[in-house]
Amino acid sequence: MKGKKIFAGLGVAAALTFGAITFNSNAIADSARDYISVVGSSTVYPFATVVAEQFGKTAGFKTPKIESTGTGGGMKLFCGGVGVQHPDIANASRRMKKSECEMCDKNGVKDILEVKIGYDGIVLGASKKSSAMNITRKELFLALAANVPEPGGAESVVPNPYKTWKDINPSLPANKIEVLGPPPTSGTRDAFVELVMEVGGSEFAWIKALEKADKDKFKSICHTIREDGAYIEAGENDNLIVQKLDANPSAFGIFGFSFLDQNGDKIQGTPVEGVVPTFEAIADGKYSVSRPLYFYVKKAHVDVIPGMKEYLKEFASEKAWGEDGYLSEKGLIPMPDDERKSFSKDVQTLKNLSCGDL
Amino acid sequence: MSETNIDIVKQGLEKRYGAEKRFRIYGVCAIAASLIFLAFLFISIGTNAYTAFQQTFIRLSVYFDPEILGDTTNKESLASANFPAVVKQSLLKMFPEVQSRSEKKQLTSLISSGASYYVRDMFIENPALVGETVQVWLPADDDVDMLIKGHVERGVEEGERRLNNNQLGWIEKLEKDGNIEKRFNKIFFTTGDSREPELAGIFGAVSGSFFTMIVTLLFSFPIGVAAAIYLEEFAKKNRWTDIIEVNINNLAAVPSIVFGLLGLAVFLNFFGMPRSAPLVGGLVMTLMTLPVIIIASRAALKSVPPSIREAALGVGASQMQMVFHHVLPLALPGMLTGAIIGMARALGETAPLLMIGMVAFIVDVPSGFTDPATALPVQIFLWADSPERGFLEKTSAAIMVLLTFLIAMNALAVILRKKFEKRW
Repeated sequence: MKGKKIFAGLGVAAALTFGAITFNSNAIADSARDYISVVGSSTVYPFATVVAEQFGKTAGFKTPKIESTGTGGGMKLFCGGVGVQHPDIANASRRMKKSECEMCDKNGVKDILEVKIGYDGIVLGASKKSSAMNITRKELFLALAANVPEPGGAESVVPNPYKTWKDINPSLPANKIEVLGPPPTSGTRDAFVELVMEVGGSEFAWIKALEKADKDKFKSICHTIREDGAYIEAGENDNLIVQKLDANPSAFGIFGFSFLDQNGDKIQGTPVEGVVPTFEAIADGKYSVSRPLYFYVKKAHVDVIPGMKEYLKEFASEKAWGEDGYLSEKGLIPMPDDERKSFSKDVQTLKNLSCGDL
Repeated sequence: MSETNIDIVKQGLEKRYGAEKRFRIYGVCAIAASLIFLAFLFISIGTNAYTAFQQTFIRLSVYFDPEILGDTTNKESLASANFPAVVKQSLLKMFPEVQSRSEKKQLTSLISSGASYYVRDMFIENPALVGETVQVWLPADDDVDMLIKGHVERGVEEGERRLNNNQLGWIEKLEKDGNIEKRFNKIFFTTGDSREPELAGIFGAVSGSFFTMIVTLLFSFPIGVAAAIYLEEFAKKNRWTDIIEVNINNLAAVPSIVFGLLGLAVFLNFFGMPRSAPLVGGLVMTLMTLPVIIIASRAALKSVPPSIREAALGVGASQMQMVFHHVLPLALPGMLTGAIIGMARALGETAPLLMIGMVAFIVDVPSGFTDPATALPVQIFLWADSPERGFLEKTSAAIMVLLTFLIAMNALAVILRKKFEKRW
């Protein structure tokens, strides 16, 4: 019957493919991979992909494959071992941790090259329709921490009582505190906590003293963001935050500078401590809420995977990460000249990173 | 006058009719609400998406300057010849008044950075063009594209626009001369991903989904149907088969990310298969769709009336002949429907793919089962997360493409059922 034939056909096909797969899989793992495999931060992703695409179209090698796994997830994969089934490069929106470096070392990934690619600003954005409001990191800390120092001045914390910006500082508008930001899994959130909440909290002398005396308490004060509706976790999608800000002029959003750069007609950057987040202000370090971006290269793979050297060269070229390079057009803030020179030298000499330096 | 039974009934009648009427109204309201939501979804996606099927092009008279290109006889060096300069020169020639370096840079940024690749491919195909001038339509930069399509207002202040007043002036001149035009966006349907919205296409993701689905179909359908036939027709009903049945029903409800983790542990770490390959994606999707197919196939087998089986056995058919000659052909439409619905679910799935590395930036269109690939829903996710304004409409357009595939698959399931189903 017809049905039987179909089944026999499918069965044979399945058996064949399964056989072929089990037979092949070892062969695949052993044979060389002919494209570069990159994993890591979703913040570096938009920059790494531009370089990869440019590289793929001009250098005569296959376009590298870039996965957006988050910095931590990328490090785990990267440090998994040496061999073609493991990625060659890990992007990171923060420096590699000592523990990660040691994990690498344990798995045989001994020689690592560290490359800083530039800076990314974290922006507190608001709709163009609202009037700009100058804010300090201390005020942001008071607005967003779950527990804030008792307003009377005592050295203890109380659950955040502030409802409007005016409650914090009489010169600010009487708008409800409403900030859309990334969830705890995001690298942007880590950086925001470190660059804004910790610094803002340290404005109180007794909290600053805690940093040395009782690190855990310091962290629990500065790292815990309020959950009573003033801080709204808007997911990892920064585009969504931009759209929501456009619809709600009294709200603020926390996102990477490249989103402000691309949506300048709809949103404005809020000045932090009097400095407006512009390309120039972040580049010369005036705007305080910015972080360096990195990638890490497995040196054992440099001569094994075709195109590795050329990819590194492309990334570290002036036309990519330079002042007027194509990465700056995508919103990456270039490093100062001497820093660029020193890292491009590291790339040429494949300088080794030692875990002790981290 | 005493009340008769019929009076009691009549008294309650109005109330009962009222209840029925209200129930019908509730039903209509429920359907209307879901239709409104559906319409809202389609309209909001559709209005965003339709502009993505067109793309802004700029007409240039490209002069293949032998001085810039150098040696054109050698194919190797031709690939890396300075075609960007050829394109830039042609654009600058249209605006001779632009002299300063910064203005030149502004002007040349109006054309897509990928335009030179099109010029290059054109030239490699026909090297006789050297020294000739050819009229070519080349893709404009995404900022220009957004402006022409009206997604960015021209009225806002200069500092807040991606294009400055100079660039607006040049665009207006190009418009006046008819050198700028919206044309059908072939690029979107024929290329892989790109970080430039005007060069990004869906074809890479569609191919990735295609290879993944082929693997899924090849594995899940035969295995699923075989399991269903054995469990339904041959296996003894005892505690073991009960446990298996409960487990299969359970698996059908397991969140898909769990299958991704399983795939990571088994296929990648244990069998050492390549990351990001449609082969592994297909195997993970197989695990995910198997329970659905087994359940649907068993239901289809159950719906074949016992009289068929008894008649076959009565004229001397063996158990296997009975199943394969009589029961299976009757149950097949139901099984196919189940398989197609399972596949449609797999087509829209991203979570398990995250674990096995298929959520990635991949430019080259995959050409086999072990090439790195991504899938349609993943592409939507990646574009939705990109900062460039141009990707907004691409995201919606990709959703339209995915919805089209889903509707086609579900329609196929309905047609198969209508055509082959036998009612008893």
